[in-house]
Amino acid sequence: MSKNINSMMLKRQSAEKRFRFYGQASLAIALIMLVVIISSMTYRSIPAFTNYGLNLSINLSKENIAQDNINYRRLIRDNISLLDSGCDDRKCRKEFLRLFSSGAAYELRDTIENDPSLIGKDFSKFILFSDDADLFYKFGIDNSLPESERRLNDREITWLNGFKELGLVEKRFSTNLFTNGDSREPEIAGVLGAVIGSLLTILITLIISFPIGVLSAIYLESFAPKNKLTDFIEVNINNLAAVPSIVFGLLGLALFINFFGMPRSAPLVGGCVLSLMTLPVIIIATRASLQSVPPSIREAALAVGASEMQVVFQHLLPAALPGILTGTIIGLARAFGESAPLLLIGMVAFVVDIPGSFTDPATALPVQVYLWADSPERAFVAKTSAATLVLIFLLIIINLAAVILRKKYQLKW
Amino acid sequence: MPNYHGLFVILSSLLPCIIFLIVFISIDGFIKGVIIQNHLPNSLILLGQEEVDFSVSILRNNIHNLQSILSLEILSTDSANSLYNYYFFYRAGFLTLIICITTFLAYLAGKKLNVRFDARRNVEKILKFIFFVFSIVAVLTTFGIILSLIFETVRFFSQVSFSEFLFGIHWSPQTAIREGQVGSSGSFGAIPIFTGTLLITAISMLIAVPLGLYSAIYLSQYARPKVRNYFKPILEILAGIPTVVYGFFAALSVGPFIRSTGESLGLTVSTESALAAGLVMGIMIIPYVSSLSDDVMTAVPESLRDGSLALGATKSETIRKVIFPAALPGIVGAILLAISRAIGETMIVVMAAGLAANLTANPLSAVTTVTVQIVTLLVGDQEFDSPKTLAAFALGLVLFFITLVLNILAMVTVRKYRERYE
Repeated sequence: MSKNINSMMLKRQSAEKRFRFYGQASLAIALIMLVVIISSMTYRSIPAFTNYGLNLSINLSKENIAQDNINYRRLIRDNISLLDSGCDDRKCRKEFLRLFSSGAAYELRDTIENDPSLIGKDFSKFILFSDDADLFYKFGIDNSLPESERRLNDREITWLNGFKELGLVEKRFSTNLFTNGDSREPEIAGVLGAVIGSLLTILITLIISFPIGVLSAIYLESFAPKNKLTDFIEVNINNLAAVPSIVFGLLGLALFINFFGMPRSAPLVGGCVLSLMTLPVIIIATRASLQSVPPSIREAALAVGASEMQVVFQHLLPAALPGILTGTIIGLARAFGESAPLLLIGMVAFVVDIPGSFTDPATALPVQVYLWADSPERAFVAKTSAATLVLIFLLIIINLAAVILRKKYQLKW
Repeated sequence: MPNYHGLFVILSSLLPCIIFLIVFISIDGFIKGVIIQNHLPNSLILLGQEEVDFSVSILRNNIHNLQSILSLEILSTDSANSLYNYYFFYRAGFLTLIICITTFLAYLAGKKLNVRFDARRNVEKILKFIFFVFSIVAVLTTFGIILSLIFETVRFFSQVSFSEFLFGIHWSPQTAIREGQVGSSGSFGAIPIFTGTLLITAISMLIAVPLGLYSAIYLSQYARPKVRNYFKPILEILAGIPTVVYGFFAALSVGPFIRSTGESLGLTVSTESALAAGLVMGIMIIPYVSSLSDDVMTAVPESLRDGSLALGATKSETIRKVIFPAALPGIVGAILLAISRAIGETMIVVMAAGLAANLTANPLSAVTTVTVQIVTLLVGDQEFDSPKTLAAFALGLVLFFITLVLNILAMVTVRKYRERYE
C-alpha cells in the first residue's frame, strides 16, 4: 500500500518537474530565438560596415583639365589607366575599369569642390572598389567554380591580387552606409534617405494621431454619455487596433491616392495611413492612463468650482501625461517598423535622393530593408542586415525613451 | 474671465472657417478639372476620354506654370492665359468669401458678449463638440475601410463571378495587357490562396500556442517576481521587432536551413516554403499568446489556487486542473487574437512564402497567402478597373471580414471572462 503511494508520489513529483521544465524550456526557446535573430543579423552585417578601396594618386595638373568644367569620370578613368593593367584592347580596359565603383567620380567631384586648392596638384584619393572586387577582398573567391560562373574572371583576380601586392589596397569604415541614399551599386548605397523618409512619415503620424487620439480619448473617458453610440465607438476602436496593417494600406490607396488624388510615394500619405493605424493605440493608452488617476483629484477640483473642462486640462491631463506619452511613443515605434501599408501606397520606389519635404518621393527604413532583401547582388545581403540593425537600433532608442519617461515622471498614487 | 470671451469669439469664427477650408481642399481638384476641361481645344476632346483625362491631369499638376513646354503642347498661349485667369479668380473669390464669412461670424460672436453671457460654458460646449468629432474619426476609419473595400469588390464581381472567386481552385491573376493576347485570360479562384493562408497560420499556431502558453504558465505561476519582471519584457521584444526583419531572417537563414536539412533527409523542399514562413511567424506570435494568457492566469482568484493546493494537489496539477480551466475563455481569446494576427501578417510571408498559388497541404512546398497576393497585385504599375487590381480589394475584404469576426469573438470571450472574476 505505502509502496503504491510512494510510487504514485514519485510519478506526480516527476510530472511536476516535467511540467515546470516545459515552461522553462518554452521560455528558453523563445529567448534563444531572439538571440539567434539579433546575432545572425549582426554577424551578417559585419562586411557592410567596411569597404575596400584603392589609394589612387591623381594627377590634377592644370593642363590635364579644362578650367571650369572638369570631367570627373574621365579624370578617374585616365588616372586608373595609369595603373599597369597590361591591356591592349577595349574589352580588357572595360573589365579593368569595372573593378572600381561607379560612384568614385562623384566622390572626387565632392572632394575637389570642397577643396578647390587641390586643382593643379598631385594628390592621393581613396577610390572604392565595386561590390564584386570588394567581396573578393573580404571573402576570397571560390576557385572550384568554372571561370564563366564566377563573378570575377581570372584576369580580374590577377589585377586585384596585384593591387594588394603593391600595397595600394586599404580597408576603411564605410561612411556611405550612413550618409548616402539608395543606389543600385551596393558599395555606395546607404540608409540615410530611408531614415529621413521614415522620420518625415513618423512626424506626420505624430502630428495627426496625437491630438486626435488624446482628445477623443478625453471625450470618451470624461464627457461621453453612456449610450449605444459611445459603446459602438469603443468596440470600434478596440477592433481597429487589431485590424491587419495591410488593410490600412488598402484604405490609403483607395481613399487618399485614388479618391483625394494625393501624391504616391510621399511621406505625407504614408503618415496619414500610419496615423489611422496608430490612433487606436494612442486612444487606448490615453484612456488607461486617465483611468489610473484617482477620482479624488477630480472631485477635489470640482469641489473648488472648476468646470469639467478645467478639471480635465488642469488636473487629469498633467497627471496622466507620462502614461499618455509612453503609449504614444510605443504606438509610434510600431508605426516606425511597419512596412506593409507603405508598400501599397507606393513608398517602395527606388529613391536615390534624400527626401527634403513631405511630398517628395521617399521610402521608409523597413521598406528599404525589403527592397534590399530583394536585390540580387550578393553584397546587398550584408547591407540589408546592416539596415535591419539600424532599424532595430532606432527602435531601441525610441522604446528606451518611453521607458525612461515612464520611470522618471510616472506618479505613484 | 476675459480669456473665455476671447476664446469664444475665436472658436465661433475660426471653426466654420476651417470646415470651409477642408471642404474647399477636398473639392479643389474637381473644380480645377472642370475649369481645365472647358479650356481644352475641341480637337483634343474629339480624341476621346482617355486623352482628355491625361491632359487634364498634366495641366492640373502644372497649373502654376502654364507657360511650360509641357502645357503649351496642349493649350495655346491665349487659352493658357485665360485658364490661369479663371483659376486665379476662382481661388481669390473663394478666399475672399472665407475671409468675409469669418469676419462676419466674429462680429456676430462679439456682439453676443456682455456681462451676463456665460462664455465658459459656451466655449466648453464647442470644445466638447470638437472632441466628439475627433472621437468619430476612428469610426469613420472603419467605415472608410468597409466602404472602399466593398466599392472596389463590387466592381470586381461585375467582371469575375462570385462563385469562381470563392470556390475556384485556379489562381493566376495575369490578365491580357493587349486585346487578343494568348494564354493570359486570368483566373481568379481563390481557394489555393485561402488554403495557403490556412496552412501557414496553422504552422505558426503549432509553434506559438504551446511555446506561448508554457512560457506564460512558467512566468505567471512558477517564476519568482524578480525573474518575471526581467523576462516578461524581454519576451515582448519579440513582438516589437519589425516584421520585415523576421521576413528577412526567414528568407535568408531559415528557408535555406530547412531546404538543406530536408535535402539531406531526401526530401524535396523549395527555398520559399510554408514551413519557413510559418516557423518564423510562430516565433513572432509567441508574445501575443503569452502576454494575454499570462494576464488572465494571474487574474484567476487566489482562493481557487489555495483551495486546490490545500487539498494536496501539486502545483502542476493545480495549474492544469484548476487555473487553466478557469482561465480558458481568456486564453481562447488570446489565441483567437493571435490567429487574427497571423492571418493578417504580411512581410514575413511576402519575403519567405513565395508567390506560387499551389493547392497543397505540404508544408515543404511554396504556397501563397491572401496578404502576399494583395501586395503583389498592388505593388508596381497598375491599371485601375482591371480585375487584377480589383481582386486585391476583394481579397482585402475577405481578410478584413475574417479578422473582424475573430477580433470580435476574442473580445466577447475575454470580456465575459473578465466579468466572471473581476
